[in-house]
Amino acid sequence: MTVQTLLARLEIDPRRVAVEQNLVVLKRAVFDRTEVSEGDQIEIVNFVGGG
Amino acid sequence: MFTGRAAARLQPMDTLVIAGRTFSSRLIVGTGKYSSPPVMVQAHEASGADMITVAVRRVNITLPGGGGQASLLDYIDTSKYVLLPNTAGCYTAEDAIRTARLGREAGMSNWVKLEVIGDERTLFPDNAALLDATRVLVSEGFVVLPYTSDDPVVCRKLEDAGAAAVMPLGAPIGSGLGIQNANNIRIIREFAHVPVIVDAGVGTASDAALAMELGADGVLMNTAIAGAQDPVAMAEAMKLAVRAGRLAYLAGRIPRKMYATASSPVEGVVGR
Repeated sequence: MTVQTLLARLEIDPRRVAVEQNLVVLKRAVFDRTEVSEGDQIEIVNFVGGG
Repeated sequence: MFTGRAAARLQPMDTLVIAGRTFSSRLIVGTGKYSSPPVMVQAHEASGADMITVAVRRVNITLPGGGGQASLLDYIDTSKYVLLPNTAGCYTAEDAIRTARLGREAGMSNWVKLEVIGDERTLFPDNAALLDATRVLVSEGFVVLPYTSDDPVVCRKLEDAGAAAVMPLGAPIGSGLGIQNANNIRIIREFAHVPVIVDAGVGTASDAALAMELGADGVLMNTAIAGAQDPVAMAEAMKLAVRAGRLAYLAGRIPRKMYATASSPVEGVVGR
């Protein structure tokens, strides 16, 4: 599955997040072309309140 | 003939310039600890701030509705405010660097408030790790605004490492203790060639005014506003305090004297 699909499954708006795959930050433009593999370390972050 | 700092007062706008970008407000505010998003939005408005800092955290996919909860960005008008992602909560240079890169991608901006914390209770910075992270991020094209100690030597090293500004703390984050070492802040401003923004520890308006009177180019605060009983009123107080302190600084204060100097003429007093 692609990162785009993964985000859709998790009900996450791709425009609100940044994604890191195995310590590499992915550009939003390639979410629909980047495959997620078994064993991948994925970080999905967004902005939250903080100082 | 107006010279020196007073001359700056006569410019149309006494603006804050960081990395070539101009801000009319010298107050930067955070987004944490507000009782509700509407209060945060009103407080931001009342503060007059141009730049708002936000933290970067994992999306909580275990909450109801999956990842589809309202996002902080739903409440911030990004056409009005500049977003400054921060690396709050990072205790290593590596974590801060990763967070900065993610923040850049999420916010489509290469500005970052860099924090590398060295101690959980005081939240004082780990300056060695901060310097390492600053060098790496500067080399990757980030505009780095590092949160650091009120130590002029560390500030100089951060500037030499390419930081776009230095952000010495006034006191521990969220402590409300104000400016703990006024002379250090004054010295940092004297030595620095980049903007000096006092970040952390401000408690009330007079603290912000003092920071500006010491020559700081700006003040960054979160808890002082968000934690006040009336955040919107405190935000306005801070806006005024930053302006008042800046004007006082540019106006050139009187020197401090140990004894009195009369304000009225000494001659011609009845009965003398």
